[in-house]
Amino acid sequence: MSAVQETVTEAPAVEAVPKRAMTLGAGSSLVMLALLILVPLFVKNFIIFQLTMLLIYGLAVLALNILTGGSGQFSLGQSAFYAVGAYTSAILIEHVGMNYALTLPIAGVVCFGFGFLFGQPALRLSGVYLALATFALATAMPQLLKLGVFETWTGGVQGLVVTKPDAPFGLPMSQDMWLYYFTLVITVAIYIFSVNLLKSRSGRAFMAIRDNEIAASAMGIDVALYKTLAFGVSAGITGVAGGLGAIAVQFVAPDGYTITLAISLFLGMVVGGVGWLPGSIVGSAFIIFVPNIAEGISKGLSGAVFGVLLFLIIFLVPHGARQIAMIAQQLLGKLKKS
Amino acid sequence: MRSRLNLLIAAFSTTVIAFAATTGSALAQKKYDTGAADTEIRIGNIMPYSGPASAYGVIGKTEAAYFNKINAEGGINGRKINFISYDDGYSPPKAVEQARKLVESDEVLLVFNPLGTPSNSAIQKYLNARKVPQLFVATGATKWNDPKDFPWTMGWQPGYQSEARIYAKYLMREKPDAKISVLYQNDDFGKDYLKGLKDGLGAKASMIVAEESYETSEPTIDNHIVKLRASGADVFISITTPKFAAQAIKKMAEIEWKPLHIVSNVSASVGGVIKPAGFENSQGILSAAYAKDGADPQWDNDPGMKKFLAFLAKYDADANKLDGSVVYGYGAAQTMVKVLELCGDNLTRENVMKQAASLKDFAPDTLLPGIKINTTPTDFAPINQLQMMRFKGEKWELFGDIISGELSN
Repeated sequence: MSAVQETVTEAPAVEAVPKRAMTLGAGSSLVMLALLILVPLFVKNFIIFQLTMLLIYGLAVLALNILTGGSGQFSLGQSAFYAVGAYTSAILIEHVGMNYALTLPIAGVVCFGFGFLFGQPALRLSGVYLALATFALATAMPQLLKLGVFETWTGGVQGLVVTKPDAPFGLPMSQDMWLYYFTLVITVAIYIFSVNLLKSRSGRAFMAIRDNEIAASAMGIDVALYKTLAFGVSAGITGVAGGLGAIAVQFVAPDGYTITLAISLFLGMVVGGVGWLPGSIVGSAFIIFVPNIAEGISKGLSGAVFGVLLFLIIFLVPHGARQIAMIAQQLLGKLKKS
Repeated sequence: MRSRLNLLIAAFSTTVIAFAATTGSALAQKKYDTGAADTEIRIGNIMPYSGPASAYGVIGKTEAAYFNKINAEGGINGRKINFISYDDGYSPPKAVEQARKLVESDEVLLVFNPLGTPSNSAIQKYLNARKVPQLFVATGATKWNDPKDFPWTMGWQPGYQSEARIYAKYLMREKPDAKISVLYQNDDFGKDYLKGLKDGLGAKASMIVAEESYETSEPTIDNHIVKLRASGADVFISITTPKFAAQAIKKMAEIEWKPLHIVSNVSASVGGVIKPAGFENSQGILSAAYAKDGADPQWDNDPGMKKFLAFLAKYDADANKLDGSVVYGYGAAQTMVKVLELCGDNLTRENVMKQAASLKDFAPDTLLPGIKINTTPTDFAPINQLQMMRFKGEKWELFGDIISGELSN
């Protein structure tokens, strides 16, 4: 009696977001895309590099958003998938001599497999217990990468240096700009794929599981399959982001993929709005730029300043960027009427 | 009236021409790259002010204070130092972002003393490709001394391998039949060290009868000590960071294991390791040093240390003189200032590297007497000497000659 009843009466951990509310309208999406295409033409290479990192972390946050916002499973282990993706790309580029673009799908597939397999034991866990299990994964990963057994491939603690690709076909653009547009194309493709995934039969299955697992299984949804699938897809996308990250940063080392990264991604998701895919980019901007702002305010207390800023955001707009977007939309609606 | 005006114009134009001529010739003598000007030299720096290695952030703070002192005293050849230091949280991707920000956005002349082997590895290729000096990096990894492949990167402190070789030399001379046990931290620091030790022992590497590694996340290393004791070793080399070095000393006293105990220089701090572990437990421990210990009373009347303490009192009152990082930051900043002084009015990146690679017997205030910084275009390891020391009473006693840890021997 008790277990079933508890599950049924327990409020869902992640609030139900209707699928229409998970994306942006066509108009705003195009404006956003135009901005992302045009801005790099007018800024310095350093800013372009930061924008590239923005897209890459945006992808990783998006992946977590599919897992948590979509299927209602928590993960603090995204840094592990990110690391596997980064190392897969780095090793293929540096040791096998493969073209960087080809390594990304491989990184994605490897991570999909890894995530799918990890999803199997994770099935038995939910809520905070699942968060803990993934946490363990994230803390274990940097040490696994340091293991002597893999050292010839991973470079051990010294890491691996990755060569940055030039623009192909003699295009007259800098390495940074080329990498930005390359990343942008992949990001947009994955974004469209994710939106469609959530609108599809599988996406509906994810959300049914998120909202009520028992009801979902009563409707004939293979709960185990879809839960692991969500893990696989999320890990796969994170892996691609990791691979891109390795190419952009030109370096992989175990210390780059600690639990701090996993927590940053989680933070990005919450700030962007859980379950709101466009919020991923806002969340990513938060985790890239706000620490810099905090450092600008006070060097010695940057952590504390960051904490205060984060607290203010959670307190004032608990639903993150999604809430701001909704308020803006309502205001626009009123303006149109009057 | 008219002629007076003409005269005025003539006088004025002569002044202008004369002025232009003098400034023109002055400009010809001065050479600048991005980041340097008549009034300012911009220096970038990356430190882990937050994150797992935040204890080292003190180095950055001390350096900032030292440059403030230099500025207050009139700067370097009249130019003020603008020290821009960013936090990377000991994360390599963040270090890359900050390095790019320094070079491309803040337009610094050079990046000075960035801390951490992973972070420096991450930015090395970028800085060398952009031909920006990565000077006096704050890590003891041996790979920074590679002028052929990375002509824009230079270390500062003695390499871990050099130090380990000195212990190997000592043991082969003093205790040729030693059975050595090693405890090392499982990261770049520990492994670099172990390699140096084995290379130093050479054909006699079989003297090492037991080695154990630990992770920094382990709460205690007691079980490793017990295991190493069981190996029957009579020499114990502790390649550990401060917290674990103190634990090892305590545990060994507890189980009454008294081998010849060597502690790496990283953990030779009296204030940070020996005192917490107990003076009575630490008698006879060996180590090697290159800098003076702020906690050691034998330097109280040393002129260099007096200057150091006066600096702390005036410019960095919050600093703890017992913290080895403060002594470190002071020495590194002093070396940087020396290089910039040598550059004179030719503040190009190329000349900065050239001057950094031709230091002759330069001795910062905080280095041990007799240890000097020497560099050449083929030797990018500024400090390469150490002196052995033995703990007695409440302080280290230096003994023997200053030994060089040259890799070639």
